[in-house]
Amino acid sequence: MKISLVLVITLLSFNLLGQSAIKVLEKVDKNMSSKNRILESTMTINGKRNSRIVVSKSWAEGTKKSFTEYLSPASEKGTKMLKLEGQLWIYSPSTDRTIQISGNMLRQSVMGSDLSYEDMMDDRKLQDLYMEKLIDREIIEGRNTWVIQLTAKVENVAYHSQKMWVDTARYVPLKQELYAKSGQLLKKMEFKDIKNAQGRWFPYTTTYKDMLKDGKGTEFKITSILFDQSIPEYIFTKAALKQ
Amino acid sequence: MVAFKLAFRNLFGAGLRTWLNVSVLSFAFVVIIFYNGYLDGWNKQAYIDTKDWEIGNGQLWHPTYDPYDHYSLQDAHAPVSGNIQKLISSDQLTPVLITQATIFPQGRMQNILLKGISPAQQIIKIPSKSLDTAGSIIPAVIGKRMAFAAKLKKGDNVLLRWRDKNGTFDAKEIQVVDVFSSNVSTIDNGNIWIPISQLQQMTGFENEATLFVVDKTYTAGNIDLWIYKDTHFLLKEIDDIIESKKAGSVLIYGLLLIIALLAIFDTQVLSIFRRQKEIGTYIALGMTRWKVIWIFTIEGSAHSILAILLGSLYGIPILGYLQIKGIPLPKTMDSYGITIGDRIFPSFSIGLILSTILLVVISATIVSYFPTRRISKLNPTDALKGKIS
Repeated sequence: MKISLVLVITLLSFNLLGQSAIKVLEKVDKNMSSKNRILESTMTINGKRNSRIVVSKSWAEGTKKSFTEYLSPASEKGTKMLKLEGQLWIYSPSTDRTIQISGNMLRQSVMGSDLSYEDMMDDRKLQDLYMEKLIDREIIEGRNTWVIQLTAKVENVAYHSQKMWVDTARYVPLKQELYAKSGQLLKKMEFKDIKNAQGRWFPYTTTYKDMLKDGKGTEFKITSILFDQSIPEYIFTKAALKQ
Repeated sequence: MVAFKLAFRNLFGAGLRTWLNVSVLSFAFVVIIFYNGYLDGWNKQAYIDTKDWEIGNGQLWHPTYDPYDHYSLQDAHAPVSGNIQKLISSDQLTPVLITQATIFPQGRMQNILLKGISPAQQIIKIPSKSLDTAGSIIPAVIGKRMAFAAKLKKGDNVLLRWRDKNGTFDAKEIQVVDVFSSNVSTIDNGNIWIPISQLQQMTGFENEATLFVVDKTYTAGNIDLWIYKDTHFLLKEIDDIIESKKAGSVLIYGLLLIIALLAIFDTQVLSIFRRQKEIGTYIALGMTRWKVIWIFTIEGSAHSILAILLGSLYGIPILGYLQIKGIPLPKTMDSYGITIGDRIFPSFSIGLILSTILLVVISATIVSYFPTRRISKLNPTDALKGKIS
């Protein structure tokens, strides 16, 4: 009788935890996404011998449309990137040509960083790709977090499973780990410098680290961000790349 | 016969002048044979090595496979059909599955081509037998260049990351079970060989292949969707390299030959100027002008016969030694991506020697003839007086 009771309580708690995980993800999604945003950022790519800083300005609408213009260094200045409904184009001022990045090319690194074009391009919702499960609670840098385990429920995902640490009070991810099918940790993201921006908590610094290779990874720092602005529609067109 | 006797008597009589001409021409003769023999030897070696290690007696390619476009690998694979399976069972061909992957030796990232091959195959010399191991870790064989670049040796483990058919990442350690030494860099540089069954399982391309290597008994040509590429097609790159090298070499030995021929030309001009009275006497005695031209032309071209004899005297031992011992190459040649051994053993065929002899004799005869044409316009009386016009 006692065993049955324990079993029922365990099953119920698992179910409740499962529901909570969905709700947590929904709240994270709500907090992190906006109708549109304009942000200026610096991306520090830490190599083995030296580091490079790439400054850019981005305009994004939802998760399907974004336009980025690289402002420095001189070698990258004027390079523009347009993501539109699952397609990606890059304009290079040195050749005055626009090329579409597709297929295997999406697996290449973005300007030598730890991020691939594919990482940038995947705009599908986590709930659509992964089964979520709240597996633990941890404290990260003094903040209470829920640890959510995400396991792929569809086949065409780059990472078979993920682990996400979400701030229980601010609904912002503080850490994310991406795993291979074998369980090997591949990439780690750390979200820091959480600030309240126009009523929502947002991480201003994100560190991407490829865990299989040496190095400090890539640091993405937002220098300014504006939500729900009026962005002219022509920004998200191929014509804007050459302007 | 008289012309030949006269020619050689005059040549020996000229002393040092003749031997200087003959020496330069003999050097050109030996250099031409050496350089062409060197390239032919390289070509022969590259053919044999490439067939033994990479292409067998030809390959069957998936229609979208392009060895120069690694991006094509994503789609360049298809299931092995019943027809093909029968040929695999009769050891007429062996499947190879190729995919892109990344290894992380000592924390460095290195993109590679991950190739699956049957451990039982005997068509190419890749030591695939070493892959026939039992254990949880993936066995791998690599070439010496790959081992050097990734700082790996037999028994080392390295982390491998790849994507399955859906693009999902996976990563596991592999163990280097053998390091082979081959002159063919295309199966070595940036290549890791693992059992094909394991690669098929890892990628989800069950019972699929990118290409098949066929053996000497295969005669079927194209089969199902697979396109047959014969050795002539697969060795074209080597042919092109050798052709371009040969074209470049023509410039080197062509210059040398021109210098030697120029010396013969000068000698002929001088001979005709200095021997006007002799020419006049020949004509006065009843020789036709063309007979005299013939004597002088033979005399000029006899340089080439002496050059061939002299060249043989020192060329045979030198070139024979090089043919046996080979010519060592610098280690950096290994990384050029072309099939080349540590040593090149020159190949001096009868055809090469005969064609070089013909080249030297004919060109020497032509340059000997041109200055003698003046004889046909010669007035014998003036010639006897030493007045050449």
